[in-house]
Amino acid sequence: MHEDGNGTMMMRLHINGTRYDVQLEPRVSLLDALREYIGLSGTKKGCNQGACGACTVLVDGERINSCLALAVQYQGREITTIEGVTAADQLHPLQAAFIEYDGFQCGYCTPGHICSAIGMVEEYKQGMPSAVTENLAATDIEFSEVEIKERMSGNLCRCGAYVGIVEAIREAFEKEVAQ
Amino acid sequence: MKNFAYARAENVGSAIQSITQLQNAKFLGGGTNLVDLMRENIEQPDHLVDLTALPLAQVEELSDGGMSIGALVTNSHLAAHPLIRARYPVLSEAILHGASGQIRNMATTGGNLMQRTRCYYFYDTHARCNKRAPGTGCDALEGFNRMHAILGASEACIATHPSDMCVALAALDATVQVTGANGKRAIPLVDFHRLPEDTPQTDTNLQPDELITAVELPALPCARHSRYRKVRDRASYAFALVSVAAALEVKDGTITQARLALGGVAHKPWRAFAAEKILVGAPAGEDTFKAAAAEELKVARGYQHNAFKIELARRTMMSVLTTLAHEGGAR
Repeated sequence: MHEDGNGTMMMRLHINGTRYDVQLEPRVSLLDALREYIGLSGTKKGCNQGACGACTVLVDGERINSCLALAVQYQGREITTIEGVTAADQLHPLQAAFIEYDGFQCGYCTPGHICSAIGMVEEYKQGMPSAVTENLAATDIEFSEVEIKERMSGNLCRCGAYVGIVEAIREAFEKEVAQ
Repeated sequence: MKNFAYARAENVGSAIQSITQLQNAKFLGGGTNLVDLMRENIEQPDHLVDLTALPLAQVEELSDGGMSIGALVTNSHLAAHPLIRARYPVLSEAILHGASGQIRNMATTGGNLMQRTRCYYFYDTHARCNKRAPGTGCDALEGFNRMHAILGASEACIATHPSDMCVALAALDATVQVTGANGKRAIPLVDFHRLPEDTPQTDTNLQPDELITAVELPALPCARHSRYRKVRDRASYAFALVSVAAALEVKDGTITQARLALGGVAHKPWRAFAAEKILVGAPAGEDTFKAAAAEELKVARGYQHNAFKIELARRTMMSVLTTLAHEGGAR
């Protein structure tokens, strides 16, 4: 990793199991690196300031806003985008549930919602509490509508498909979190 | 965003060396605030020194029963830590009431302390703002100041500190551990952030060559019985209008220990020392809580759009203290 005279740097990113070597300025966000330089345009740019969650990706399994992330900081981490949540010719169970329960209208926020919910369920399975968890000491937290809504509050849907989104998340993960 | 040069610090010493030697350099942690401010051209560093490779991501028990929280521990990991949940539940609750799941995964403990205000006029580069551009004036004073300060403000600045985590840390007697070119020191959390006075451009008492390495919590038995309550314009993912962090110990109906702090009301997390003086030694009941809240808010001042916060702060303090007293502060 070194800087050249043009203020760019060679960066090595690991995305969806593939290695990408890209020459970028350090100011390039992970979101722009994905969309504009690597060609993975499934991740969406909404507000570009961390408010809407459309840019959510997974880093080492944890959900983050790629718009607030500088690509240079994420070298050596395992980045998963919507293109990598499942094999190319299959639907992730949550994607199938979004179709079944009308979890979208225009679909622009959907990749962010899917990645965010996948990360959210991992947090849930690790026993992480939320702002609406009554008993912080509890290890067994109910996978309720109230919990799902609070945990997904970093993702906005301007079409207002929230009812379907919550149903889809619940349906896709209820069995998994009960184990 | 203006371009900048990037360097990754390998250890605390090299980080401090970089920040002192490089011109117009800033430390970079999780980036959730700094990257946003740089994109808005409010911050324009020429160098960023990335701290995320430093070995400061541990939560550890101290020999005296307290806890040490490394500066790079993420908000998510800290809120979920079993010992924090058991011994300092107010801290877990405060963190979980801030930001979103995605941001809590990125944001660090040190970075949370260094957050800048969310005042609209600070963010709007066309507005006058003494914090962003010293000497230009303050458009919030006569503007839409719903989110602004009611305590400790000045004619130069009525911005508030946006952190939830820091409100709990203020109540918990936390100290900020810092290392600078001339060695280490500890700063009580309540003295870490500043009131605006006539230099609102300076948020904290951290020196330019200093790096936050950890936040320490003392052993504090009354903190096992503590709560955070946040009042905001929507149910989730919004900054506080008013928040309250409190811990209470009650023996035979008398308050023996009290810790109280307010968020969303001042340029810094506001430790309610005046209220605590009324609380300790008094009977745990409505009259005491009312007197304590009134004493703390005696010096409060509202502006056109935020005068409601004085009553809101009073009621939120009453509510949290009443809940804590009912829930078993009486053990």
